[in-house]
Amino acid sequence: MLALAILNGCAALDHGILNAQGPVASHERHLLLLVSGILLFVWVPVVILVPLIAWHYRRSNTNDAYRPKWAFSWTLEGFIWIPPIGIVVLLAILLWPATQRDDPYTRRAGQGEPVRVQAIALNWKWVFIYPGEGVATVNQLAVPAGRPIHVSLTSGTVMQSLLLPQLAGQVYAMAGMRTRMNFAVDRPGIFRGENTQFSGEKFAQQKFPVISMTGPAYAAWLARARGTGRPLDQRAWAALSRQNTTGPQTFSAVPPKFFDHVIAATGGASHPHAGHRSAMRKAS
Amino acid sequence: MQTAYSPIWPAVLGRFTWHDLPFVRAWENPNASEIIGAGAASLVIIGFVITVALLTRYRRWGTLVEWVTSLDHKKIGIMYVAIALVMLSRAVVEAVLMRMQQAAAIGDPGFLSSDHFSQLFSTHGSIMVFFMAMPFLTGVINYVMPLQIGARDMAFPWANSVALSLTGGGAILMMVSLVVGRFSTGGWSGYPPYTGLAFSPDVGPDYWIWAVTLGSIGSTLGGINIACTIFKLRAPGMTYMRMPMFCWTSLCTSILMIFAMPPLTVATALLALDRYLGFHFFTNDLGGNMMNYANLFWLFGHPEVYILILPAFGIYSEVVSTFSSKELYGYVSLVLATMAIAVLSFTVWVHHFFTMGQSANINTVFGIATMTIGVPTGVKIYDWIWTMFRGEVRFSVPMLYSLAFMVTFVIGGFTGIILAIPPLDYVFHNTLFLVAHFHNMLIPGLLYGLLAGYTYWFPKAFGVRLNERWGRIAFACWVIGFYLAFMPLYVLGASGMARRTSEIFEPDFRPWLYVAGAGALVILCALASLVVQLVVSIRERDANRVFAGDPWDGRSLEWSTSSPPPEYNFAVIPHVDGRDPFYDGKRDNGHYRRHAHYDAISVPRNSVTSLSIGVAGLGAAFGLVWHMWWLAIIAVLGIVAALILRSFVRDTHRTIPAAEVAETEHRWHDALNAATPIGRDVEFTPRNQGLAETAA
Repeated sequence: MLALAILNGCAALDHGILNAQGPVASHERHLLLLVSGILLFVWVPVVILVPLIAWHYRRSNTNDAYRPKWAFSWTLEGFIWIPPIGIVVLLAILLWPATQRDDPYTRRAGQGEPVRVQAIALNWKWVFIYPGEGVATVNQLAVPAGRPIHVSLTSGTVMQSLLLPQLAGQVYAMAGMRTRMNFAVDRPGIFRGENTQFSGEKFAQQKFPVISMTGPAYAAWLARARGTGRPLDQRAWAALSRQNTTGPQTFSAVPPKFFDHVIAATGGASHPHAGHRSAMRKAS
Repeated sequence: MQTAYSPIWPAVLGRFTWHDLPFVRAWENPNASEIIGAGAASLVIIGFVITVALLTRYRRWGTLVEWVTSLDHKKIGIMYVAIALVMLSRAVVEAVLMRMQQAAAIGDPGFLSSDHFSQLFSTHGSIMVFFMAMPFLTGVINYVMPLQIGARDMAFPWANSVALSLTGGGAILMMVSLVVGRFSTGGWSGYPPYTGLAFSPDVGPDYWIWAVTLGSIGSTLGGINIACTIFKLRAPGMTYMRMPMFCWTSLCTSILMIFAMPPLTVATALLALDRYLGFHFFTNDLGGNMMNYANLFWLFGHPEVYILILPAFGIYSEVVSTFSSKELYGYVSLVLATMAIAVLSFTVWVHHFFTMGQSANINTVFGIATMTIGVPTGVKIYDWIWTMFRGEVRFSVPMLYSLAFMVTFVIGGFTGIILAIPPLDYVFHNTLFLVAHFHNMLIPGLLYGLLAGYTYWFPKAFGVRLNERWGRIAFACWVIGFYLAFMPLYVLGASGMARRTSEIFEPDFRPWLYVAGAGALVILCALASLVVQLVVSIRERDANRVFAGDPWDGRSLEWSTSSPPPEYNFAVIPHVDGRDPFYDGKRDNGHYRRHAHYDAISVPRNSVTSLSIGVAGLGAAFGLVWHMWWLAIIAVLGIVAALILRSFVRDTHRTIPAAEVAETEHRWHDALNAATPIGRDVEFTPRNQGLAETAA
């Protein structure tokens, strides 16, 4: 029974970073394990010393020293201040390059052509536009395994946050603005994506599958999508903009610069700095 | 069921409709969620009616007025803590409801509607931060700090009472939101554009805005008062480097309050302008930008974390030193560490939104700044460990909380460093990992500290020791409940479960949600044990009196008075010549000296104006929430009138005649002479009358 419970418990962790399925997430998992290892040097001494010293120097123990006026020692001060400073310096040395390397804005090298995806957060669904391929999906993100995925994000409603627990971290999607995220998937499979920023009534249901496919399967999927004969037109967009939930959908065509129009329509036009972070950081 | 309801008599009742009463909603749509809402509203009303009935039955209205108009820092401190305990009870019950919902809602809608669940996490967070933690710590500082520095009151007793009445007004507004209308669903941080008019046109965010505004103005006033008191009212000889550590942490907290509360007041004011006057600070359109809100909010929000935690650090310093019968180790280190934390706390706010798309360099800088705070915090933990070293540790309830805190807090520090590293924050941000982390900091760091302080200073405030046995049961439940309720959340967060989720679609999360639910129930038992402890202690009060004033062989000046202390605190202002003036003084036989002659003492008179400002503030807030403009206008004019009236009051002080002071002092000295000094082995027994044995 207990074994079963523990086994069940580990099943939960399979949905997260410890079961990383892409290069970004693998970096992050590696960093997590490394940092946790270092932090054991902070945690273990305290967990040992607190009960040990409290118990040894308990009032009823008459076999220990009692020095009520002893309250300072330069040696101990050294032990107290220097190791934590050392650990923080060490972590800082780790943190700096890791933050540069795992910056969600940094494009990933991968096998083959990058796939561009434009994600739009709506209540309570995600729209994914493939500007290169001219198709769009709702509540499913189909990607070819191995190839780098460049995601641009915005929101057609309140602020949301796109998290791919096993593939990458998360980045906010904000109306009138463009943020970016880059990742790749190691192998074909189905992984979870979700909004983690509370966005209203059906927030809990705002989850979608990331479907990673082999190259040929992805090509076949694109062909099928183009063949549905259902474009993302005004009517379809009006339906999506309503506050509701929906199952996965596929659109065969998308008007040009649709994503930019959404940014402009939700405030970007009057924004003096519309998309300025992407402009500022186009080098990446 | 979302029919449009028309307002009733809008000129008077604003936008109120019958549908805003939870009873009407429950009647129309009797599901579990609405019935729980109506039940909560009934509890508020029943509680109010019972209070009124008891006050009338026992003719205690006079006592109540005497208390709420009092400018005595001790009464104000006690009232702050009373507000905090009431609000704690509500917010714990809300937490339990949320845990039960999540345990029940795995592949199932559960028993709470999504909207109700969202209101619960919003009120839980807002209450715990603004109306539990803030009043609790402000109350303890109010009560203890002036006694510790040898002062007779705070620097600005009237402003102190205004601050209390505004905080109380905010807390009452939170309670009113249970009965009339609904609360915000935007969480304790109230992020726009979600909380803006376009997405939340209802009264909820307005309740949040005005409750928080009342609380934040009260806290700003409180901070100014605490800082000025410490700067100006220390007893002769009480140099900064002789102040008890709790006074140092109070000082740092008050400085943080002064600088950190205004950004919050500004953020909520700008959001109010957006909602009331069609401004566009944080809207999606017309140039609004919610990123400005995020910056303003966390410019307050991060220092706030240290506002909450530093006073608890001060309490731990007092408790560990007292119950180890030993000087505090590394006093200078602790002062430096406290100040370092206070300064650094203003340099890390961006870590609350590493994921907002700023450059890697910015994230790097703020990540490193965040980890840097770990250094002084770690130093503090070791200072407490070395305080126990070569001491004589007594495992009293406050000491148990301190030990549990040290061990548990380090786990929170561990996960805090993980969250401070931007690439790892990208993964854990907004998940239950984050929720587990900040509860891991605030429950052991803040709540255990305040409960330790409550247990430690209760005999000072009321002259009665709290029941030891129930204190230990409560302690055990708090600790076990904490681990059960929050360790699973780390796992769930690492599995990618988002916070604020009312419904769960992943069956693999089930075992962890069950464990967390069980933990919440244990925490509910902890709360119940505290209530039982209070009741039992009141019943057994005659056996556990410590009128002599020093039940724990205390070290600082608050223990050198009777318990409870006289209104004027000190008949003769003490002279201080060391860090543990009372501990050393009673050993040199110099402290309990009966004087032949006492002077008359001037103390602040009660004031109705300060209370009126709180009442009018509440009225203005309620009027604004419901668009009852007449009420808002009258109430604001009332505040102005109270300020003007107060400026004409000349007779602000009352003199306690020398004879009365002498009589009070002689009664206490007679009790001291009659009391038997006790050793530390019997301090938890009725033999403890509050006089410590000082022979070595």
